[in-house]
Parts: sequence; structure tokens; C-alpha cells
Amino acid sequence: MSRALAAGLALLLSLAFIASLTTPWSPIAALFPQDPELAWALLVELRLPRAALALVYGATLGASGAAIQALFANPLASPDLTGTTSGAALGAVVTAYLLGFTAPIALSLGAVAGALGALALLLALAGPRAETATLLLSGLAISALAGALTTLALALAPSPFAFYDAYDWLMGSLVDRSLAQTAFAAVPALLTIAWLLRLTGPLDSLALGEEVAQSLGHDVLRLRLQIVCLTALGVGACVAIAGAIGFIGLVAPIFARRLTRGHPGRALLPAAAIGALLLTAADLAVRTVPLGRTLPIGVVTALLGAPFFLWLVAHMRFRLRS
Amino acid sequence: MTALLQAEGLALPGRLSETGLTLAAGEIVCLIGPNGSGKTSLLHAVTGIGGPSGSVRIDGDDPWRAGPARRVRLLTYLPATRELRWPLLARDLVRLGGAGPEEVEASIARLDLGAVAERRVDRLSTGERSRVLIARALAPRPRLLLLDEPTANLDPLWQIRLMEMLKADLAKEGGAALVAIHDLDAAGRYADRLLVMQSGRIAADGAPAEIFAGPWIRDIFGIERREGVWQPAT
Repeated sequence: MSRALAAGLALLLSLAFIASLTTPWSPIAALFPQDPELAWALLVELRLPRAALALVYGATLGASGAAIQALFANPLASPDLTGTTSGAALGAVVTAYLLGFTAPIALSLGAVAGALGALALLLALAGPRAETATLLLSGLAISALAGALTTLALALAPSPFAFYDAYDWLMGSLVDRSLAQTAFAAVPALLTIAWLLRLTGPLDSLALGEEVAQSLGHDVLRLRLQIVCLTALGVGACVAIAGAIGFIGLVAPIFARRLTRGHPGRALLPAAAIGALLLTAADLAVRTVPLGRTLPIGVVTALLGAPFFLWLVAHMRFRLRS
Repeated sequence: MTALLQAEGLALPGRLSETGLTLAAGEIVCLIGPNGSGKTSLLHAVTGIGGPSGSVRIDGDDPWRAGPARRVRLLTYLPATRELRWPLLARDLVRLGGAGPEEVEASIARLDLGAVAERRVDRLSTGERSRVLIARALAPRPRLLLLDEPTANLDPLWQIRLMEMLKADLAKEGGAALVAIHDLDAAGRYADRLLVMQSGRIAADGAPAEIFAGPWIRDIFGIERREGVWQPAT
């Protein structure tokens, strides 16, 4: 990725962040002359966590998706299609509603454990060098199972309001999160991204095949373990605070690799930037679409991501046939 | 001649029995043997793939403990598979092998890949793809080349060119190559020494003329040379 492209992405991220803080602007503009303190509080305590969470969660999904795609050598792998996000949501829901621990740290631990469980199950079912079909079928089964168990856990929960939270957990929500909650997602997520970025070289070498990567001095087993644990940590921490959001982790790395001449490892940083941009854009769409009510953000990412996924599958099928 | 590679007590559980191996500078040693005899396992063990036991020294240096930058100057490994995990551009694939920019371009030019260097490797012919992978292994000009079936998928002219290129490089730069190969004629023509592999161990080690004159080819491969060509032993 050239410096000009990196600067362009940084500029776009800054603009998206400002847009996220200020959209819609009219209520804040109206409030500032009357009660500047309240207007400021609105910005800092409501808009800022939402904007920051969208950036951090999107970046985590983008970087994790790029790492998982590089690890499985498969452009159709992503945290949601491998069941990582669904597993994390299940872990958080079980922790909160069945075990009764609602502190953010407990939710995060539950979600990380759920994500790790889902990824471990995927590796056991599909193997580390999974064919596309095996990977997708295993991921689909794990996602469906985790989704069903999440709904079941919410339906059986002692709290009468639990079931109404199903939307938030299954389709994600960035609304009304506090600064503290945002920090609980952001700290592990940013650590995850930083650590993943140290693995760009080994992940690029892995594109040459496991044997060659080993001959070049990379410990492939350790690399695999690091990626599984890191993506579970980052995605788990974000899901614990904002629920499961799909398709960003699939789409962002595919765009990112167009900026890195197809290198899967080097795509991690642009994938994080593009993931952050996409989720912020989806959140802006949720806020500005005049439907009279707030859409779950996962609906927007799925509405945009699913057709892209279908196009990708059709494209791959066409390439295989030709 | 001074020993370039010294391997002692090399073993891979279930694949390679404890084996010692020495290669002199400038030497091409070909590994021959039927399928499953342990040629690839020996290459893996020297490379450090699969957790081998024993020790390997290249010019006195331990390649298994060397970091990536130093390691590619000591050894590079070309696997037998031509399948690629990721559709990189040919030039980028060669670059990922750890050589410097000038070495990469020189290697691309030597393997005559200039015209396809900016094309995706999955869109190249199998022969072109093989040459890209060979260019990756040769580019860092390591002390020891470990090549598994380097001539597979190459046309006859490129098979000759490649082996001549190896021979000339090693003579000039004093490196060494350990080459697993099925083509006995090529092995006989280009190797300074042949190692005959059988059931995960080295069954015979000698100059090509000595190996071809002995009982090993007939006993281990079940073939013999009659009327100038290899045929099933009678």
C-alpha cells in the first residue's frame, strides 16, 4: 500500500468519524445556544462512544477477517462465516442471562470463550487447510447452532425482558453504549489489531504454502494458534458490547487486497481501515434512513454484504468453470 | 573438498530413520528412490520441517535456529507440489522468498519469466508456475538448495537448462544442492553423487556409475537398463 493510499484512508476515516459524531447535526446545533453543557454531554457521552465503537468494531472485523482469510487461504472465510461472532454472542448471552454475570468484564470473558469454542470447533470439523465447501458448511452449521442456542438462552432466561434483547445480540447494536463499555471493547480489540499487524510477514509467507513458510523460519502451528486466539479476543470483546455484526469481516479484506497486490498479510492494515469505514457508513445509514425507527445495524451490513457474497461465490464458480 | 552440509542423527518419527549426511561445496547430490521411500522426508528433515531430531550445520551455522533473513542465505526449499494457496502475482511470489530486489529481478530474468512476472500465478501454465516457484527458491542464492522434483512439469529444454544452470551456479559460487528426482537419466547425468532411498533410510551412497553398476536399482526399483532404456527387471 502506497503512502498516498494510506493517507487517503486515514483522511476518509477522520471524515467518517466526524460525520458519525455530528449526524444528525440539527438537534445538537439547536441545543448548543440554550444549554451548551447538555449539548456537549450529548456529544461526548452518546455520540462519541457510538462513533468510536463503530470504528473499533469495524476495524477488528476487517483485520480479523483478513487474518482468518490468510490463515485458511480462502477469501470466503470471515469471523461471521466461521461462526466466531455467533459463538461470541452465545458466550455473552449465556454469561449474562443464564449465569447472571452482567459486568462488562464477565460479558467479554464469556464472549471470548464462545468465540474460541466456535473457532476450535471449526478447526476440528474443517481442518486448518479447509476446502471452501467444508469451511462454509462447517461455519454455517456452527453459526446456525450458536444462533439457535442464543435465541433459546434468551427465551429461557429468567429476566422477562431478555427476549427483547435478541435483536441486539443477533443483529448487533451500537446504540446507547457508554464510554466505559466502549473502552471494554476497544482495549482488547486494539491490542488484537496491533498484535495481528505484527503477523503480516508470516501471513504473507503462508501464501507460499505451509512447508515453504516453515522453511523460511516461520512456526506455522504457533501462527495458527495466535490468529485463532487473537481473533477470538478481538471479536469476542466487541460482540460482548455490541452484539454480532456480519459481513464486514468478509468484505473489507477483499477490498483491502486490491490495495496490496493481493498480499493476504499486508492487507491487514487496509482491511482494518476499510472495516472501520464500512461499519461507520452502515451506522450512518441506520441513523439517516427515514423509516421512522432505528434499524438493527446488522440488517444494514447483511443487506449490503449478502449480495456481495453472492456475487463473490458466482465469480469464483465462473472462474472454476472457465 | 570442505563439507558444506553436515547432518547428524537426522530422524522424523515414522518417516525417516536416523540418518547422517554430508555434502561438499560445489556438489549436486540426487536423492533417488521409489514413491514413499523417504526422499521428501529427508529434504523436510534437513529443512527443519515436521520437527526432526538430530542436528544440521551449514558452513558450521545452525539453519533451524537462524531467523528468516539469515535462513534464506543458508538454505531454501522447493516442495514437490505446484499447487498454490494464494493467487499472487508471479513477481510478488518470488519476492516473498526473502531475496533482495536485484536478486529477485535476476532470478526472474534467468528463468525467462519477464513476460509473465505481472500475471497471477494461478493463471499461468503449470510449467510457467513451476519456473516461478523455482525462481523463488533460487533467488536468495542460498548455500544449500533443497529441491523436490525441480524438473517436474518442465519441458525437455527447460529440464536441461535448469540442471545446467544449477551445475554452473554451484561450480561458480561453491554452494551445494540436494535434489529429489525420479528421472534416473537426469540424476546420472548431473549428480556428483546419488543417494538411493529405501524405507526411510539411505540404502546406498555413491557416484552415479557406481550406483548404476551395483544391485540397488534392480533390487529397490525393480527395473534394469536393457537396450539403452529402463525396463521392468526380468
